Amino acid sequence: MSILVDKNTRVICQGITGSGGGAFHTKGCLDYGTQMVGGTSPGKGGTKDANGLPVFDTVEQAVHATGANATMIFVPPPFAADAICEAAAAGIKLIVAITEGIPVLDMVKAKNFLAGFGDSVTLVGPNCPGVITPGQCKIGIMPGYIHQPPAPGKKSVGIVSRSGTLTYEAVWQTSQMGWAQSTCVGIGGDPVKGMDFVDVVAQFQNDPGTDAIIIIGEIGGTAEEAAAKFVQAHVTKPVAGFIAGRTAPPGKRMGHAGAIISGGEGTAESKIAAMRTAGIVVADSPADMGRALVKAAQR
Amino acid sequence: MKIHEYQARDLLSRAGIPVPPAAVVETAAAARDAFIKNGLPVQVIKAQVFAGGRGKAGFVRLVKSADEAHSAAEFMLTHRMVSVQTGPEGIAVKKILIAAAVDIAHEYYVGLVLDRAQSGVTLMASAQGGVEIETVAEKDPSAIIRHTLHPSMGLMPFAARNVALGMGLSGRTASVTADILMKLSKFFVQYDCSIAEINPLVLTKSGEIMAIDAKLNFDDNAMFRHPELQAMRDDTETDPLEIRAAAANLNYIKLDGDIACLVNGAGLAMSTMDVIGLHGGKPANFLDVGGGVKKEGAIEAFRILLSDKKVRGILVNIFGGIARCDLIAEALIQAGKEVGFGVPVVVRLEGTNVEKAREMLAAARHDLPTLQSATDLNDAAKKIVAAAA
Repeated sequence: MSILVDKNTRVICQGITGSGGGAFHTKGCLDYGTQMVGGTSPGKGGTKDANGLPVFDTVEQAVHATGANATMIFVPPPFAADAICEAAAAGIKLIVAITEGIPVLDMVKAKNFLAGFGDSVTLVGPNCPGVITPGQCKIGIMPGYIHQPPAPGKKSVGIVSRSGTLTYEAVWQTSQMGWAQSTCVGIGGDPVKGMDFVDVVAQFQNDPGTDAIIIIGEIGGTAEEAAAKFVQAHVTKPVAGFIAGRTAPPGKRMGHAGAIISGGEGTAESKIAAMRTAGIVVADSPADMGRALVKAAQR
Repeated sequence: MKIHEYQARDLLSRAGIPVPPAAVVETAAAARDAFIKNGLPVQVIKAQVFAGGRGKAGFVRLVKSADEAHSAAEFMLTHRMVSVQTGPEGIAVKKILIAAAVDIAHEYYVGLVLDRAQSGVTLMASAQGGVEIETVAEKDPSAIIRHTLHPSMGLMPFAARNVALGMGLSGRTASVTADILMKLSKFFVQYDCSIAEINPLVLTKSGEIMAIDAKLNFDDNAMFRHPELQAMRDDTETDPLEIRAAAANLNYIKLDGDIACLVNGAGLAMSTMDVIGLHGGKPANFLDVGGGVKKEGAIEAFRILLSDKKVRGILVNIFGGIARCDLIAEALIQAGKEVGFGVPVVVRLEGTNVEKAREMLAAARHDLPTLQSATDLNDAAKKIVAAAA
């Protein structure tokens, strides 16, 4: 079992012919075994991409012709918010926006547009590595081979993170310790985004294929604090965590647009304290996320 | 992106928000002339720098004559300003704002900020202005009115009137303030701000409402559609290494420690700093080379790290996904040949093409005499902290 994506997920890539990563990562997803069924590139409708997948002018055409229910967006920042809205309007259920650098106010408007579709549309990202259910479906830029698909006798962890490379780190460590991953979700580093920790953790709690959860946060905002409260009230599975940015100076943007401490809010200390209060095993070092998971699972 | 106070005043004034008359000068003589031209008995002289702590450093002064204006300006233009935010070497002042001092009856706070929790823009207002809003939020949260703008309608006039009345204003001043709130909200959206704050917004003794000081920050992601703001960019207070890194598409922030790090991914880069700290070291920088880094970019990254003379060791931490370990190894070897690593280097590689990278590094041992390998991130941090001690 898994959340969000599985072997039946039919995926298109918006920006499939672009140099922004669409062409390169469409191939990566295909190689992993994802059901990539086509893509869009305005003005190139009717052609095929380098992998022989059909290219459409619009998402609506792509959905009509391929039955796609998920999309992976690599459209450049100035047009990416529109691409998100286009996907929702065309009936796509899961939108994974990889694009980094979308103007925040564009995302404010796009989120408002998506709200009109209620629960029928889920957005992951933007500025995220994507979603992977090992062995079944990879939508995004993560290296597939580090993941372990669930197998008999193996426990499976669900991982949710604001950071791409830290997710890979956690996947690697848990794989090394003999765990599989049910699904890994990179929710992205932007301040205004789709799914947040709480949304993903709620799905992991309800997923019979997920035995434990890792939450990887970073400085800025209060989403980790909210997740800690949610875990305390609603989650019965073991939870481990890590927070990046203990040594980050206030007021500076640490790579991610969302990773900035302002007005004393969003510090690593406040997040770690909230998580520990909720019974989450928080690793002090990013090298110890796997061990923190094992410790949480033994409680 | 940030702009100077005088630029913010200018932008707000053009947006129709009342500000006291002022001039920007670059010489003491021009400050004297501006004092006379403004024609007001009391004026304020402020150094135009990004660093805070101007008041305490003596770089904001009230002046009551043209001579005082001249000498205050001369002082600021010939002395480097040293404050808690500048470091001991201080910063040079090039521009000075000279503005009318107004007779203040009351100070208010109004500000718009990007609000993650609401996924929107939230207007905050308070009758307790002139101090940092964070301080008010801590001491008396009920003194702050909050209103989240509609994502497509923006601030609506009725909401602006409600907020102005909630600030304790009435009659004509409430209407004028509501109008200022409308203009500030439109400005926020039009210019892709992340913060647009007027503090204080004052009621003068003659009954006027005016913006005395403003803080405007802009969304870096939206700068592509604001050439007029890009033209205002002033990098004179930015670290030269940060400017150089930006030109090479590297995400680099200089810090004050002595252990440099080179990492792919923002979250991993932050964590690498943390793990250096955890093992008793102090990070010299944040550096995310990014997933799409090319060999030339990676070499430039090593050059930048090595040109920080405080650096006593370098930790390379790569989890190859999109970024390939062999490419980083190649850059490391090239940088070793070209500039030479006079300091210890600890390398921790994992992920895509890691075996090839390890072979390359092993074969290049003679070019990289200070290189050590690490098995994981804890091991890497321990080794570099020990080697740099």
